[in-house]
Amino acid sequence: MKVSLKVNGKPTTVDAPSDMPLLWVLRDVLDLKGTKFGCGAAQCGACTVHLKGAPVRSCQLPIASLQGAEVTTIEGLSPDGSHPVQRAWEEVDVPQCGYCQAGQIMSAAALLAKNPKPTDADIDAAMNGNLCRCATYLRIREAIHKAAASPASPAASAPSPSRPRQAGSPRT
Amino acid sequence: MTLDTRVDRRQFLRVTALTGGGLLLGTILDSVGASSALAASGAASSAPPVGEFSPNAFIRITPDGIVTIIAKNPEVGQGIKTMLPMLIAEELDVDWMDVRIEQAGLDTVKFTGQVAGGSSATPNHWLPLRRVGAAARAMLVGAAAERWSVPASECETAHGVVTHKASGRSLRYGALLDRAATIPAPALDQVVLKDPKSFTIVGTRVKGVDNHAIVTGKPLYGIDVTLPGMLYAVYEKSPVFGGKVKSANLDLIKRQPGVRHAFVVDGVGTSLDGLLGGVAIVADSWWLAKSARQKLQVEWDEGVAAKLSSKEIAASAAQLAKQPPQRSLRTDGDVDAALASAAKVLHAEYYYPFIAHAPLEPQNCTASYGADGKLEIWAPTQNPAPARSLVVQALGVKESDVTIHMTRGGGGFGRRLMNDYVVEAARIAKEVRVPVKLLWTREDDMRHDFYRAAGFHNFTAGLDANGKIVAWRNHFVSFGDVEKFSATGAQGAPPFGAGAGIGGGEFPARFVANYALDASVMRASVPTGYLRAPGSNGIAFVTQSFIDELAQLAGKDPIQFRLDLLANEAPAPAAAPNQQAGFDASRVRGVLEVVRDRSGWGKRTLPKGTGMGVAFHFSHRGYFAEVVQATVSRAGAITVDKVWVVGDVGSQIINPSNAENQVQGSVLDGIAEALAQEITIDEGRAVQGNFHEFALLRMKQSCPVDVHFHVTTFAPTGLGEPALPPVVPALVSAVCAATGKRVRSLPLSKHDLSWS
Repeated sequence: MKVSLKVNGKPTTVDAPSDMPLLWVLRDVLDLKGTKFGCGAAQCGACTVHLKGAPVRSCQLPIASLQGAEVTTIEGLSPDGSHPVQRAWEEVDVPQCGYCQAGQIMSAAALLAKNPKPTDADIDAAMNGNLCRCATYLRIREAIHKAAASPASPAASAPSPSRPRQAGSPRT
Repeated sequence: MTLDTRVDRRQFLRVTALTGGGLLLGTILDSVGASSALAASGAASSAPPVGEFSPNAFIRITPDGIVTIIAKNPEVGQGIKTMLPMLIAEELDVDWMDVRIEQAGLDTVKFTGQVAGGSSATPNHWLPLRRVGAAARAMLVGAAAERWSVPASECETAHGVVTHKASGRSLRYGALLDRAATIPAPALDQVVLKDPKSFTIVGTRVKGVDNHAIVTGKPLYGIDVTLPGMLYAVYEKSPVFGGKVKSANLDLIKRQPGVRHAFVVDGVGTSLDGLLGGVAIVADSWWLAKSARQKLQVEWDEGVAAKLSSKEIAASAAQLAKQPPQRSLRTDGDVDAALASAAKVLHAEYYYPFIAHAPLEPQNCTASYGADGKLEIWAPTQNPAPARSLVVQALGVKESDVTIHMTRGGGGFGRRLMNDYVVEAARIAKEVRVPVKLLWTREDDMRHDFYRAAGFHNFTAGLDANGKIVAWRNHFVSFGDVEKFSATGAQGAPPFGAGAGIGGGEFPARFVANYALDASVMRASVPTGYLRAPGSNGIAFVTQSFIDELAQLAGKDPIQFRLDLLANEAPAPAAAPNQQAGFDASRVRGVLEVVRDRSGWGKRTLPKGTGMGVAFHFSHRGYFAEVVQATVSRAGAITVDKVWVVGDVGSQIINPSNAENQVQGSVLDGIAEALAQEITIDEGRAVQGNFHEFALLRMKQSCPVDVHFHVTTFAPTGLGEPALPPVVPALVSAVCAATGKRVRSLPLSKHDLSWS
């Protein structure tokens, strides 16, 4: 079936089997390989993307349910890796194998957009669905706090008047 | 020393076997051929641009001063793609910001030891790769000295510049390339290395070279490989280990949407780590292949393992434990006599289960079989050379026709040392003659693993009146080749299953005068393999836990009891096998004493329900002692509060950022294993299939992990594994301190730990 949606701000029409999950549409139809497959059962969070700014597991969303949807993937979080969460991830040197990190970053970015100064308990609650097999959790936590404290984060700067921030989105 | 005659003589000046690790390094002075490390795109590089300097197979320098360093080993998260090039760049004396990294493919002409395993990369490359950098530096210095007509010994280097102080002259490396290419390469064992005090890269916190690509979602992993015209495959194997296809409803499958091919693959041989038989479905997209698979019906010949269960395995192990052991692996003194005269005797039976590797990127591989009979493979493998051998053997292709590109792996943990998924992809691609990406589901990955072997340890030990251990016996029951295992069977290393063995030098051998290690095996019908710190990840649990029990029985402090035991070292009897020959008791004592101090051991009053536990383990040439503080609720729920880690891996932490990350990850990984991980077998198949049944650690469960490296004068060793084993027994002993309940079988989740 044909489905029209916005992916990373770009209007896109895809022709895919109606039950094909968004994950596979992104990866194999649109060639956006940043979103990862880990379990196919919403157990690991590697496939996390934003649907209207909210974190969702793309392996569980049939494309048929996404007519007119607005999807943001890791590739669309910033044009150049400059989102405060991406920068913090590099500064803290979070990754080991790195496979889960796109999903972690998407969950973290959604958390900070909603809650600019999260406590450790807030981080636990928001991030508990994202598995890291290498167990880089201590650095993930550190990087989230660092991103929250960074000048470019939603917590530290007002939305730019020329490029208003969308409600629920961590970036302009 | 071996010379590979396939190296073109024209390109080849000298091949030197380097001391310290057996790395065979081809130093190729002709710049042609030194740049064929292949990018994941698969395009072979052509001859390097004019003016480029390629002093050896690892380095290319261009006139702009940019240094490209080849990362020869597979990267699966252990940080080697960053760390090995650091060693070269350090001695080349360039700035890290001027370095670019290229991942090598499998190339057994240029490189050896292209493997991610055994925490071996640091000890095997510490000197050899520094020499590679130093040799190139010497050639650049030689070029400058020639140009200035001064002795090379008067020239210095720093930041990619050669300086002659006396005359105030300096030249960038980029300006010396043509002349440097004419300077004879120094012998690698003659080059002068830096004093570690003057390191500028080694010992600094260098970030992972792929970090930016990772955080921006660039294609890096095996699963991300895409080729023109590529199809997608799924592969159904017998759910019972070793089963074969009798028949399948292929006609129906071929009619499913998007399906291009569906066929039965006959297995090759009987080995569980070879090409196993199954049904391949190849479709226009992976989703369509997977959807068609839901309609697949296969009749299996389930074979010998059809009725196997965890219960049956446990019953067989208990039976074997009652019988005289099949083999003695080591006997010192007279254990029976010492037990008979001991003041106190303790018997304990310990068990650890099968567990899965569960790397987050499920097994996958992309393969293309061309009309010319050449096979090109992209694989997230930890072990590419055996992958090629397996493909050659199973498919009957020529080794020279097989190219293997190594992609980044989304976790390895030892799973990708086995190459079953590689040979499956190659077999499917050879059948369909178009590029194919094979991708397993999570359930495929968890139910067709090479599991950490379950183990059964039956201990008896005796204490004298002073609480000193005077006798120690372990009858270890494991998996292996039953026919070859008996005492009258083949001599040499006992035929244990993969990752299911134990060495006769296992601690406390040499520290207890009357010591016996015996073993018996059951048939290995479940595929076993090498999980991070193989052997050690179970042996540390049972040995250190039992030592803790003996400390309690002796009424002694668990750390002091261990220090006393370590002071009791006897020289290894010449005839005794001693696979732990490197074990240095003074280094264990060092880390134990420091972790005692850092953790405040015995200094704090803990509330009821909170306890501390300690353990140490020596593996992969690294010495680790760890203290865990854990709290157990009245209902029996465990919270790990904090872990203190002290490790001795020698004189130099090469990349402190990654070193800490590896240690913290290993420790949290070990906690996950201890808390809840278990693969059970029923009707010949693995029961657990996904993360709701096999729990990895989550954010909420992760606790602070204090990491301290105890620097010594020994040569640096690896960090991918040795921090894991001690945390398991330290946690189990902390739970015992908190609740009074000694847990002798894992996982902890199977025990009632409630208290009142």
